[in-house]
This record gives sequence, structure tokens and C-alpha cells, in this order.
Amino acid sequence: MRLFLLRRFITLLITLAAASAVVFVVLDVLPGNAAQTMMGADAAPEAVAELARQLGLDQPAWQRYACWVRGLLHGDMGESYAYGSPVGELVAERLAVTVPLALMAMGLASVVALLAGMFAASRHKRAGDVGTMALVQLGIAVPNFWLAILLILLFAVHLQWLPAGGFPGWSALDGGGFWPALQALLLPAISLAVVQGAILARITRSAVLEVLREDFVRTARAKGLSRRAALWRHVLRNALVPVLTVMGLQFAGLLAGTIVVENVFALPGLGRLVFQSIANRDLIVVRNCVLLLAAMVVCINFAVDVLAAFIDPRLARRAA
Amino acid sequence: MSASSTRPGRSRRPWQRALRHGSFALGGALTLLVLGAAFVSLWWTPWSPFAMDMAQRLAPPGAAHWLGTDAFGRDVASLLLVGARSSLIAGVVAVGIGLLIGTALGLLAAARRGWVEELVMRLADFSFAFPAVLSAILLTAAWGAGLVNAILAIGIFNIPVFARVARAGALSVWSREYVLAARACGKGQLRITLEHVLPNIASALIVQATVQFALAILAEAALSYLGLGTQPPQPSWGRMLADAQTLMYQAPLLAVWPGAAIACAVLGLNLLGDGLRDLLDPRLSHSR
Repeated sequence: MRLFLLRRFITLLITLAAASAVVFVVLDVLPGNAAQTMMGADAAPEAVAELARQLGLDQPAWQRYACWVRGLLHGDMGESYAYGSPVGELVAERLAVTVPLALMAMGLASVVALLAGMFAASRHKRAGDVGTMALVQLGIAVPNFWLAILLILLFAVHLQWLPAGGFPGWSALDGGGFWPALQALLLPAISLAVVQGAILARITRSAVLEVLREDFVRTARAKGLSRRAALWRHVLRNALVPVLTVMGLQFAGLLAGTIVVENVFALPGLGRLVFQSIANRDLIVVRNCVLLLAAMVVCINFAVDVLAAFIDPRLARRAA
Repeated sequence: MSASSTRPGRSRRPWQRALRHGSFALGGALTLLVLGAAFVSLWWTPWSPFAMDMAQRLAPPGAAHWLGTDAFGRDVASLLLVGARSSLIAGVVAVGIGLLIGTALGLLAAARRGWVEELVMRLADFSFAFPAVLSAILLTAAWGAGLVNAILAIGIFNIPVFARVARAGALSVWSREYVLAARACGKGQLRITLEHVLPNIASALIVQATVQFALAILAEAALSYLGLGTQPPQPSWGRMLADAQTLMYQAPLLAVWPGAAIACAVLGLNLLGDGLRDLLDPRLSHSR
């Protein structure tokens, strides 16, 4: 297990280093002059030259990369060109929206998917299975940003139960509070969770069906264990590994989804910050935010691999 | 004589089986509907999708405008028909990029094994850190918004998916006895790959292509919604949704049609993929 963890951790570090190199190359090296991109095609050459000097573009690319990585390791992401404030502070503010939103969506998706997947598998090829899988197909096909708009139409415009957009903040001092903030995140989380939950329900059903055919389940049933008890005590644990793996991979889709959904609901999250920064041509913020989102995906996948190895230690032995 | 008399019946059987398969038939019909809409729009639309008529703005569905008009008085049905083209172009090119490069890499990894395989697979693992929307944001920030950059980003994301599918299938084929026999006959790796491996993994690649096609349509719509994909005045379903969102209180139906079109296309392709999987590899159908 230790060898597995060590190897996996080294892979994580290499992947993070490679991701930072890719982001740097695409944004700082390939397009030519980053200062020109940030100021626009009509900017005065003197202003472009001054910004290029401020950004350190007169230095070799490897020195700029090393400087950026050194800053990141010390928690310094640089200063935003458009906002005039440290990128680290901007990101921290926005993470207070994006992280709870992603966790809420993943939590909702996981609960619904496990229940739906188990239900469908336990009624294999019967009406319950066919009906659940039809709903799953619909869930996969619906674009999350369209669902978000439909939810706004229903719950905010017609029923007026929930806000149509915006975020009041977590603190009552800022005019928000825990419950208003949670309400503001509910519709975005549901619109993200439906697609992810549908995919996960399908994987859960397949995994549960595979395990149901195993000898140990037949033995457990032969020893008098009820179908429901066998399902929850033996089948679910063994079906969890593929479900967890897909969950990790799905987190990438979920984060990509937050970029879109945050824009639908005008939520001041990380995705909206990236999007606004592209509009503002604030490449420093885009660079750090894209790397942060990629790093979150990589770290979640690492955590999922480790968790899967603890659930099924044979995986760690095989990988090591 | 008896053999020849049974041949036509046999050749019809796969099609009969396909048409009786619920997922395949429904998915095929929905996909044909979207394909048909895109092709018909090349020659005919009820109105010009670019013709603005401010006197008719936000008109409800009726005889003149079947699905109503948008904020500029443009015919929504015509916009939907032409918008199908952007989605299909994005799907075809992005899946083409992934299929060509990804399959080549996967086949190379399976044929050469060793460090080549390790390198290709680690690169595939790494690229999962950049989902299509994130890749598109990266490319857009560097090179500007547009359909080409969006398609490129979606295509890049497809490469590792096809590389994995091709490698997994190819590894299984390389371990078969007929491949061993081909090697004993002196056939090289390239020839074995082209003559034996590729035809045997084609069905898995076709199934994956339908799934990725659906994902590409979703990604293109999302990017166009954000303003990073298809640019105005070219109609696209994602862009139509973005425009409709600002008019949600006055004309809620405007937000329904483009979303329904995207869902219809994605559902059709997913069902088609499921159907193809069952028909091409019936062993897999029991677990779905």
C-alpha cells in the first residue's frame, strides 16, 4: 500500500507540474505577445511595452515560468490586471461559492445515483428498471445550462420560491447568511447534479448487476440473508470501486459545468471569474484559475484512487 | 440452390434486428431528424435566419412563424434548422480529430508496448485534467473566441478517450491466436494492425464515436452559450439559449426550443450508441 501511495503521489506531482507547463505555454508563449493580448490590438505600442516590462515579458520564458511557480509555491499568484488586487484574494473569495456548489452538486448526484442505480439493478429488466433507465437517458441528454434556465423559469419566475440568480454571501453582516446562501446555491446545484447523477446511476446499476452475479452473493443468499440485506451489506461495498472511479472522473465534468452554470445564475464563483477575466483579457487571472481548476481535478482523482485502494486493497497491490 | 435461396433472408436479418431494437430505432430516428434538419437548412428554411423584422419581434408560435420570433423578429424555426449545422460540424470535426489521432496513438501503444505505451497512457491520463470547456477557455483566452477554437478544444479532449478505447481493444486482439499466426507468417506490426487489429476494434470505436459526438454537441452548445463558440450572426443552439435567457419574463418559450433541440440530438446519439453496442457486441447488453 505504501509503495502504491508513493507512486501515485509522485504521478500527482508530475501531472501538476505538466499542467502548469501546458497552461504557461498556451497563455504566455504560444500567442506571441501577452501584453498585446491583454491591452487589445488598438493599444499604443508604448503602453504595451510598459505592460510587457511589468509582466516580465522581457525575460526568457523559462525564467518567467520559474518565477510563476515559485510564487505559487509561496501562495503568491500575482496581481490582477483588471481588478488591481492580488489574484490569491480574488480566488479565495470565489472559491467560497464554487467549492460549496460543487460539493452540493456532487452530494446530491451521489445520493440520487446510488439510490436510483441500486433500485434499477434490484428490479433488473422489470418496469422499475426500464422507467429509471429512461429517466437516466433523459438526464444525460439534458444540457445543464438549459435545465438551469428551466429551473429558473419554474421555481424563480412562476412559483417564486427561490432566487433566480446572484449570491448574498455566507455572512449575515454582508446582507446574506447561511440559509439565503444555501437557497441561492440550490437551483445551480440541482442543474449540475442531474446530469452527473444520471451518468453515475447508470454506472452504479452496471456495477451492482456485475456484483450480484458473484458467487459470494449467491452464498450469502443461500445462508438465509434477505435480498435487501445482501444488496446493502455485500453488493454495495463491492460495487463502490468502479462507482468511485467514475465519480472522480466526473468531477472534471462537474467543475467544467460550474463555469457554465455560474454564468446562468450570475454566481460570483471561480468559473465566472475565469469567464470575466477572458472578457477583460486578464491573462494572469485566467492562467492561475485554469491551473487551479485543473489541479482540483487531478487532486480529486488522486483522492479517489487512494480511497478505492483502501476499499479494495487488491487494487493497490496490482498497481504497485 | 437452397443456400442461395436463404442468403437474402440472412442479409436482411441484421437490419430487421436493428429496427426491432428500441434504443437503436428511436436513437436512429432522432439522429436522422437532426441530420435532416441540418441538410434541409442548406437549401430551404421557412424564413431567412438572418432576416430581421422588428414589427414581428417576440411573436408567439403561429401559422406564419411556427415557433415564434426572437428579439430581432427572426424566425425561431429557421434559426433552429440552421443552428443544427453548427452542432453537427462541431461533432463531426471534434470526433474526427479524436478518432484519427486518438486511435492512431492507442494502436501504437498496443503494438509497441513498453515506454511508448507508458508515455501515451500517461499523456491520456494527464489530458483528463483539462475538460473540453476548460481547454476551450484556455485556447479562447490565447487565440480568441470562435467555432474553430471551440472545435479544436473539444477535439483535443476526445483524443485520450479514443486512445484508451483503441488501446484496450487492440491489446485484446494482439493476444489472439490468429494474430500470433499472422506474426509467424512474417507480417509486420503495421500490417497486422491494419489487417487484423483495426477491423476488430472498429465496432467499439463506432460506439464510442456516437457517445463523443453527443458530448461534442453539448460542449459546443455550452461554449456558444458562454460566447466562446459560434459567433453571431451565425445561428447556434447555445447562442439562442443565451439570448433567450435575457427575455425569460417576456418570452419563456424562446428558452425551450433550442434546449429541446440539443436534448433531442444528444438523446438520439446516446440511444443510437447504446443500440449499436447491443447489436455489435450482444455480450455487453446484459449489464446495461
